[in-house]
Amino acid sequence: MEGRLTRRAVVHGLALIILVVLPPLADAAGEPFLTTVASRILIYAIAAVSLDVILGYGGMVSFGHAAFFGIGAYTVGILMHHAFDGTVIPFLPWDWTGSVSAFVQFPLAILVSGLFALVIGALSLRTQGVYFIMITLAFAQMLYYFMISLPTYGGEDGLNLWERSSLPPLDLYDEWQFYYLTLVLLLLFLALMQRLVNSRFGMVIRGCKQNEARMKALGFATYRYKLAAFTIAGMGAGLAGALAANHTEFVGPDMMHWTRSGEIMIMVILGGMGTLYGPVLGAATLLLMEEVLQQITEHWMVVLGPFLVFVVLFARRGVYGWLVGKATDDD
Amino acid sequence: MTRTPEVPLLEVVDLSKSYGAVVASDNLSFAVRPGEIHALIGPNGAGKTTAIGQISGEIRPSAGRVRFQGRDITRLPTHKRAQLGLKRSYQITSLFPEFTAEDNVALAVQAQQGHSFRFWTRARRDAALRAPATQVLERIGLADKAKLKVTELAHGEQRQLELAMALASEPSLLLLDEPMAGMGQSESRAMMDLLRPLKGQIGILLVEHDMDVVFALADRVSVLVKGALLMTGTPQQVRDDPEVRRAYLGDED
Repeated sequence: MEGRLTRRAVVHGLALIILVVLPPLADAAGEPFLTTVASRILIYAIAAVSLDVILGYGGMVSFGHAAFFGIGAYTVGILMHHAFDGTVIPFLPWDWTGSVSAFVQFPLAILVSGLFALVIGALSLRTQGVYFIMITLAFAQMLYYFMISLPTYGGEDGLNLWERSSLPPLDLYDEWQFYYLTLVLLLLFLALMQRLVNSRFGMVIRGCKQNEARMKALGFATYRYKLAAFTIAGMGAGLAGALAANHTEFVGPDMMHWTRSGEIMIMVILGGMGTLYGPVLGAATLLLMEEVLQQITEHWMVVLGPFLVFVVLFARRGVYGWLVGKATDDD
Repeated sequence: MTRTPEVPLLEVVDLSKSYGAVVASDNLSFAVRPGEIHALIGPNGAGKTTAIGQISGEIRPSAGRVRFQGRDITRLPTHKRAQLGLKRSYQITSLFPEFTAEDNVALAVQAQQGHSFRFWTRARRDAALRAPATQVLERIGLADKAKLKVTELAHGEQRQLELAMALASEPSLLLLDEPMAGMGQSESRAMMDLLRPLKGQIGILLVEHDMDVVFALADRVSVLVKGALLMTGTPQQVRDDPEVRRAYLGDED
């Protein structure tokens, strides 16, 4: 496959070029807010790719993925909140007044979401099929209501962040710099996941999706592998959440609402389940449709619905499959 | 390691399983010796597949014990039994349809090589997986189909692949549930040619309907009727037994 100009390589190359030149292009066109929109797309792309690792590759239909997105966002929000109040974070064994540094916030957001995913996954993965869908949904809704009932962090109204994370030498207030940071993180995440799904570990979770009973008969302790994948996916969503908190300078319980989980899932399905780059396209498609159609009608979902049905019926590998054609080894 | 005939490879003791009022296994006891092909026969509904399921760990017995190499495995989960060397193949083809034939076998090889928490190296370019997989595919006669997806293989080839996976996982006991199901004459003869040289190398518990196959391959035969063991003996003894004739052959037509 290497060295040849396949349709896939062309699509990937073009996409990368568009992503790289987008901010200057937006400015030149006199529409600098497009960079902000694009940043939002990239953030959701990270979340969607992380969901696809367990949904498309592992066959785990998690309907609570926004929970980890929200936890990542709240981790940043809470650290920021305490850093500005000068108050101590409750329930910690030592006195800590948070941090405004991204070097602290982002890794911690990833870690905390990963821990939650580990616990939620450990319980949810004991079930299968519809029960798994329902239990992941239930856990996410639990966290949603928990944050609503927590007045310290704004309850239903959420938390407004005083400022964006500090990440010297970058200035995250600069929309360009924020955009390119998000792009680099997305590309890094994609590269890591590309290794993952094609590794021995990846073959195991893909095997579990196709025939878990047979995996067990071969001697694989499938539960452990699925749990590890679930945790990794939660960490990815946590990173996306940390970026989203900075992007909107706000964290709120709505970030964990089940409709948000649904949106992320729609991105995966639209873009192409079980393809690594599809969810990026899916995030772009959904958010751009929202952006454009919302200006025409507030009932933009009326258009989204039939479109989604169309994609599911006629493009089994989503928008991505429609663009690059037949599946190859590496998708 | 000394294997005396007194220590059976697999020992099933008083195995019982009932689904409500239906008794699928009724105080079942038999043993498989190391290296022998042991056939499990009986009319439809005799509980052969249920017995296999309990031995492989997919079905939990109501009572009784399963011992493997002298070790009690009654409560071990399927994947632990598999790790000990007890592998099964399925009556209904059970493969990984999105993968190629080679991927399928490589996954069976991978299961033998310790944990799979390896996130970096590409599994499809890993010679430690692909070389043994290719070897087994060659032995089974599927080498030219290695890059085809399972869904592109003919039924008989899928059955062969099923056996290839079982062999690639280096079992000491192989549970074969109707390996020739749905095969044509020549395919099933080819399958017999693949199974025969395994005699003496690994123990095989074979569920099979075709009596010609059973009598040609098996060292010993156990006859099940309505979940209970009627007798165990050499093919000759079983063939000559009047009770077997009545219970088994009589029921057939």
